[in-house]
Amino acid sequence: MSTTGTGEAAAGTGAVEIEGAALAFGDRTLWSGLDLRVEPGEFVAVLGPNGSGKTTLLKVLLGLQALSAGTVRVAGTAPGKGNHRVGYVPQQRAMDQQLTLRGRDLVGLGLDGDRWGTGVRGMRARRRKVDEAVESVGATSYASSPVGVLSGGEQQRLRVAQALIGEPDLLLCDEPLASLDLTHQRTVTELIERRRRETGTAVLFVTHEINPVLPHVDRVLYLVGGRFLIGTPSEVMTSETLTELYGAPVEVVRVGGQIHVAGAQSALCEDTVHHHGHDHTEPV
Amino acid sequence: MDKLFDVELTARLLQLDFVLMALGAAAVLGLVAGALGPLIVMRRMSFAVHGTAELAFTGAAAALLLGIGVSYGALAGAVIAALLLGLLGGRESERDSVIGVILSFGLGLGVLLLWFYDGRSSNKFGILVGQIVAIEQQDLELLVGSAVVVLIVLAVIYRPLLFATVDPAVAVARGVPVRWLSPLFAVLVGVATALGVQIVGALLVVALMVTPAAAAARVTSSPWRATVLAVVFAEAAALGGIVLSLAPGAPVSFFVTAISFTIYLVCRVVAHLRGRQRSLRDLSGSDSPRAAVRPS
Repeated sequence: MSTTGTGEAAAGTGAVEIEGAALAFGDRTLWSGLDLRVEPGEFVAVLGPNGSGKTTLLKVLLGLQALSAGTVRVAGTAPGKGNHRVGYVPQQRAMDQQLTLRGRDLVGLGLDGDRWGTGVRGMRARRRKVDEAVESVGATSYASSPVGVLSGGEQQRLRVAQALIGEPDLLLCDEPLASLDLTHQRTVTELIERRRRETGTAVLFVTHEINPVLPHVDRVLYLVGGRFLIGTPSEVMTSETLTELYGAPVEVVRVGGQIHVAGAQSALCEDTVHHHGHDHTEPV
Repeated sequence: MDKLFDVELTARLLQLDFVLMALGAAAVLGLVAGALGPLIVMRRMSFAVHGTAELAFTGAAAALLLGIGVSYGALAGAVIAALLLGLLGGRESERDSVIGVILSFGLGLGVLLLWFYDGRSSNKFGILVGQIVAIEQQDLELLVGSAVVVLIVLAVIYRPLLFATVDPAVAVARGVPVRWLSPLFAVLVGVATALGVQIVGALLVVALMVTPAAAAARVTSSPWRATVLAVVFAEAAALGGIVLSLAPGAPVSFFVTAISFTIYLVCRVVAHLRGRQRSLRDLSGSDSPRAAVRPS
């Protein structure tokens, strides 16, 4: 069950093509022997515990981190070269309330924030594009408010608009739903899903919680302590495969169309020790 | 009080060459300071501006001692300071202390250099609190030249710089060279600071570089509008300060900083009143979009 889709490798350029990739820092190997091909229009969820190299994988695809071995191509070019064709949605972070920046300015930066020069010439076309992008995520009513006073959900909607305004072929999402409530998780997920359906943008979605995106996921890349699995959710998200991957008993429970992974946290003994030690120092 | 506001005397003084020269210099400085200001405020560089200004003072003191033009000394000092701060203060947690360390040493060195200098003592005082009336033709040329360079570079890097300032994570992801934009901007600020040192002096440069932009940020959240407002405020403070200081012959610095401060206070009051109006509206009308997106 390693890579599905090796058979159609010859068919055109994939949104992401990773072959024999390894990433190591000193003697610590994050992962090695990674082959992943993401087709246009495919939704791939990247799962795994903290420190398993999920975010680092995104950095590789953005050209911010070189591989230790292997090759990677994004939309047919070397990573970092074709960043115009890649949209990026980060995790929600608190922004300074006094920041001199409106919601629509944040979206506009996604369009031309990386260009040199004044850009005075295309102002009218630019305004129209920003208006459209803002409207497409339903953010028109608060697009002129300072970003610092917007709620996390409102900010993430604008983030999606910011990533989509450049009409990317590939959308990289780094925990965009973290710290959002369920309603906003659904809204943001649906905005991303709609883009994929309508224009065939491939989505690589890093998350620690698969359920909000489960209905849309084609394949899962599950990273744990240097090992990984790639396959459909029903292939990867089973007690047997995850127990083997973690090397410790893990139970996968399906309840009402959701998947819950039990025991994954205690399977990583470093985490438990750390939390225990922390708890004991608390009552002073 | 009559002595403070003598319109007739002011009008007469406004025809003098050296006064016009001073006004020209102030106008150029106001433009540059206002254009850089919003980015300085957003990047939390107020203290860096102050530190850079102190080193511009050190440079100016050295130039005074060596008999070179004070403007060149201030420029060299400020640019070296900007580069030092950029190199040593990379990490956010460290930046404040690094500025404090460099600033105090530079100031001490400057005092020593002035002690060696046995020329006119008004020159010494001038680089600390400004000596706009002593601006000469060659100073003005350097001022205009530096200002043009700063504005051109700023125009070229403006969008990536704004991106890197307000949204560094995504800017990096989009390939914006965040790492070298910071020191480049620090140098631009250094050059502008050096210009300011000659007009309001090393101690009060912040009044033109930071206060107008901080005031603008209170009343608008559009980056463009904030820049335009900051330029207007800085011009009002710089030009207004000089004009008001003419009749009484009092220090320019006081009037520049006083106008700047007043504008800031007014902007805060406006922001406060607007905020109260908005919260009243939110309380009365429940049709605001923010109230509608409450999760069930």
